[in-house]
Amino acid sequence: MDIIHSDVLVIGGGLAGLRAGLAAKKRGQQVIILSLVPPKRSHSAAAQGGMQASLANALKGAGDNEDVHFEDTVRGSDWGCDQEVARMFTHVAPKAVRELAAWGVPWNRVEAGERTVIIDGKPVTLEESADAHGLITARDFGGTRKWRTCYVADGTGHAMLYAVSDQTVAEGIPVHERREAVALIHNGERCHGAIVRNLIDGKLSAYVAKATCIATGGFGRLYQATTNAVINEGIGAAIALDSGVVPLANMEAIQFHPTAIFPAGILVTEGCRGDGGLLRDVDGHRFMPDYEPEKKELASRDVVSRRMEAHIKAGKGASNRFGQHLWLDITLLGADHINHKLREVKEICQYFLGIDPAKQWIPVRPAQHYSMGGIRTDAHGAARGLKGLFACGEAACWDLHGFNRLGGNSVAETVVSGMIVGSAIADFCASPDGELTVSTALIRQCFERAQAEFSAIANHHGQESASLLLREMQATMTAQVGIVRHGEALTAAVNTLQDLLLRSRDLGLSGRRGGADPELTLAWRLQKMLRLALCVSYGALQRTESRGAHFREDYPQRNDADWLKRTLASWPDAGQTLPTLNYEPVDIARMELPPGWRGYGRRDAIEHPLTASRQAEVDATRAALAGSDRHAVQAALMPFRHLLPAHLRGNNARLGENA
Amino acid sequence: MITLFRKPKPGAAPRRLTLHILRCNPADPASKPYLQAFELEEAEGMTLFIALNEIRATQDPSLQFDFVCRAGICGSCAMLVDGRPALACRTLTRDYGSDITLAPLPFFELIGDLSVNTGKWMRGTAERLQTWIAQSEAVDLDALEARMEPALAEAIYELDRCIECGCCIAGCGTAQMKENFVGAVGLNKIARFRLDPRDTRSDADFYELIGDDDGVFGCMSLLGCHDLCPKELPLQTQIAFLRRKMAVEGWR
Repeated sequence: MDIIHSDVLVIGGGLAGLRAGLAAKKRGQQVIILSLVPPKRSHSAAAQGGMQASLANALKGAGDNEDVHFEDTVRGSDWGCDQEVARMFTHVAPKAVRELAAWGVPWNRVEAGERTVIIDGKPVTLEESADAHGLITARDFGGTRKWRTCYVADGTGHAMLYAVSDQTVAEGIPVHERREAVALIHNGERCHGAIVRNLIDGKLSAYVAKATCIATGGFGRLYQATTNAVINEGIGAAIALDSGVVPLANMEAIQFHPTAIFPAGILVTEGCRGDGGLLRDVDGHRFMPDYEPEKKELASRDVVSRRMEAHIKAGKGASNRFGQHLWLDITLLGADHINHKLREVKEICQYFLGIDPAKQWIPVRPAQHYSMGGIRTDAHGAARGLKGLFACGEAACWDLHGFNRLGGNSVAETVVSGMIVGSAIADFCASPDGELTVSTALIRQCFERAQAEFSAIANHHGQESASLLLREMQATMTAQVGIVRHGEALTAAVNTLQDLLLRSRDLGLSGRRGGADPELTLAWRLQKMLRLALCVSYGALQRTESRGAHFREDYPQRNDADWLKRTLASWPDAGQTLPTLNYEPVDIARMELPPGWRGYGRRDAIEHPLTASRQAEVDATRAALAGSDRHAVQAALMPFRHLLPAHLRGNNARLGENA
Repeated sequence: MITLFRKPKPGAAPRRLTLHILRCNPADPASKPYLQAFELEEAEGMTLFIALNEIRATQDPSLQFDFVCRAGICGSCAMLVDGRPALACRTLTRDYGSDITLAPLPFFELIGDLSVNTGKWMRGTAERLQTWIAQSEAVDLDALEARMEPALAEAIYELDRCIECGCCIAGCGTAQMKENFVGAVGLNKIARFRLDPRDTRSDADFYELIGDDDGVFGCMSLLGCHDLCPKELPLQTQIAFLRRKMAVEGWR
C-alpha cells in the first residue's frame, strides 16, 4: 500500500480547489492537489460571461457596492442562503477580482467616452467617465440591479483558471492528475485524507493529510440535459455522503440555465442577454416582457427558465426534429460586438449548429446547470460531521446561493471561498486539532474496503449494464426532477431510482482489462451517482413548497412558515435505498434582509411568523443610525467581518470611496 | 475554419459510418497497436463526442478517450481525425466521408487508445518556461486595481485563449525531430507574458528561457501549428515577432 503524506489534500483541481490550495500553501502548509483531469481542463473553464464583484467602475455600475450585491444575492436565493456567508462573499469578491488582475487575468477595461449598447432591445449611448478609463469594466447579468459582472470577453472562467493554475505552478504545488478520490479515510469523527485511484493504471493509494478539502464541483451529469462537463458526476460529494456522517444540504436546489443550445445542451452565456440579447418564440415575438415587465430577459435564472418552459407548454415553442425550443436573438448586438465580446458563443454556434449568431437566431432550451446544494459546511468551509474535512466551491453548500444562484456568483464563489476556506484550513493545520494522529490500521482498513468495492464489482458477473442504468437515471432526472416538479412525478422518480439502485448491485462487466478500465470506473461511480440522485429527488419530494429553482406545481407558493429551512441528507447505512433527511432552520432573527418579494417572479409567499418582528427590528436599527456610515449600519444589523481572515477584512476602495 | 456544412438531403436514409480506431493498451504488455473498425448509424448533428460515446456504451466499454467540456473550450479531446489534429468534440461527422480514421495525438505519452497525457507535458513546459506573471510586489487587495488600456487587455486575451490541446505540437515538424522543443504553445505563452505589463521580466529574462534551439530558434517555420490551432491563435506572427526580439537580445 502506497501512502502519500501532506499537510493538506485538496480533492479537485478547478478554481475553488486550486485557490484553496494556494491559500494554504502561502501560509506554509504543504499541499497536494488531486484532479480527475489536467487542472486547466476543469469545468471552471466553461464559465463564460463573468464574475460578479461590486467595483462600480462602469457607468451602469455607478452606486454599486457590497450592500447592493448582498441584497441581489439574497433575493436571488429566494431567502434560502446564509446571509452571513453572502456578506463575507460580497465583501471579498472585489478583492478577488483585483488579485486575479494582478495575477494576469486580462479583464476587459472601461474605455472613456461614448459607446453604444443595446438596452431593452434599443441602442442607447453611454458616456463612460475619464476617471474610470482603464479600470475593470462590467456587463449586465440577470437578477442584479447594477452592471456588476466583470468579464474577459466570454472566456472569463478560462482566463481565471489559467491565471490561478499558473500561480499553483509558480508556487510549486504538485497536482496529481488523473486521480480520483474514491473514499475518505476517517473513523467517524476525524478525516485523515482519502483513498485515491489512479485513472491511468487503476491502482489505489492512500493520501494521508492533516486537512482534506473537497472541491470537486457539481453533479450535473445526474441529468440527461445538462450544460455540465462530462466529469461533473458529483463523486466528491458522494464520498462525503458515503462516510455516513457528513450531510449534503439542499440537494433538491438545482439550477437550470435558460440558454443551453438545443439539443446539445452546450451553454451560451447569460452575457448574451446581459449585453442586450432577446428571447423570442415561434412567432418571433419577444415574450419575456409579457411575464416579467420589470426585469424581462434579465430576471433570475430560475424565473426565466420557468417562464420559458411555461411558454413552450402554452404552444409557443419553435420546433425541430429533436423537439421544442425557443430562440435567443443576439443579431441586434452586431457582428463587431459578437466578434470581440461573445466569440466563444460565436464559435459554439458555428461548430455545433452551423449558424452565424450575428445573422441567425440560436435555438435554446433550459438545461441543468448548477448544484446549489452540496457538502454542508460552516462559514469557514469546515464540513459538518468530520473534523479535518473541508469543502468549497460548487461541491459545498457554504450556503451562498440558497435556492437559486445569480449568474456570475459561482465563478466568483470559487475564488472567494478558496481564499477564505484555504486560510481556515491553514489555521486548522496549525492548531492542536490539526495534528495528525491516524493509525496505519485505520488507513489499511479504509484502503482494503475501497479495494474490496472495486473487486466486488469486477468479480460479480451480474446481469445489469452500468451504461444502461446510467442513461435511465439521467432520463428520469430530466423528465421528473426538472424545472417544473410535481408530487406524483417525484414519487415515481424516487421509486425508479430506488429500483435502479437495487439493480446497480447486480452489474456485469463485459471483460477484465489491465489499467483503469473505463467500464469498471463507470460501474463503480454508478451507485454513488444514484445515491446523489435520490438525495435530489427525495429532498424535492419532501419539500412541499416552491423556492427559487425548486418549483412544485402542486405547491406553487414559497412557504416561509414551514420551509425556511435547509434540507440535510445523510446516508448512515450503505444498505439504505433512501437518504435520511433532517432539517435545520434558516434563522430569521439574524437576517439583515428579512424575507420579502424578490422584485421578480411570483408574489404570494406564505409569511413566517417572525418576519414582521425582525423587519421591525431592522427598520428601527436603520432609523436609529440614519446618517451613519453604511458599514456601521451594516455592522449593527448583522456583523460578519469577524468570520473573515484578518487580511480580508478591510474596506474596498472604489472611485469616490476610500480610493 | 469550418464554415461549410454538408447538409444531409431531406428524407435521405442516414449513413452508416465506419470509425477505424487505433487501439493500444500500454497497461497490457501483450497489447500491440491495431486498427479496429466500429460501425454505427449517423445521427443529425453527430459529433465524434457523440459517436465515440455511443460506441463505448453499446459496442466496446473498454475504449479509452478523453472528453471534458464537449464544447470545444477545454482542449482535452484533441486527436488525429483522418490524420489531422483536431478537437474531436466539435468535429461533425457530416463533414467527413463514411470512413473516418481516428488515432491518438503523436508526440505525447500514450495512456491508451485515443487518450494521451497532454497534461503532464504542459505542466512540465509551464515549469520550464515559467509561464506565470512574475511579480516582485505583493498586491494590495483593498486598493483600486492598476489601470490597463482596454485594447491591451484585449490583445493579451487574444494570446491567452490557448487551451493547451496539443494540436500545435502534434502538427509540428520541429517537435517530431527535437523532443525538447517547446512548440507553439510554449512560445505563444512567452509572447503572452512578454506583452503583459504586469510581468516584470525583460527580454533578457525571456532569452534565458527560449533563446536556443529548443526554443524560438529551433522553429523551422513549417507552421503546421498556425494552420491547425483550433482557437486560430496568430501563432505565425507571434513566433516570427518573438524570434526577431530574441535575435536582437542575443546580439547584445
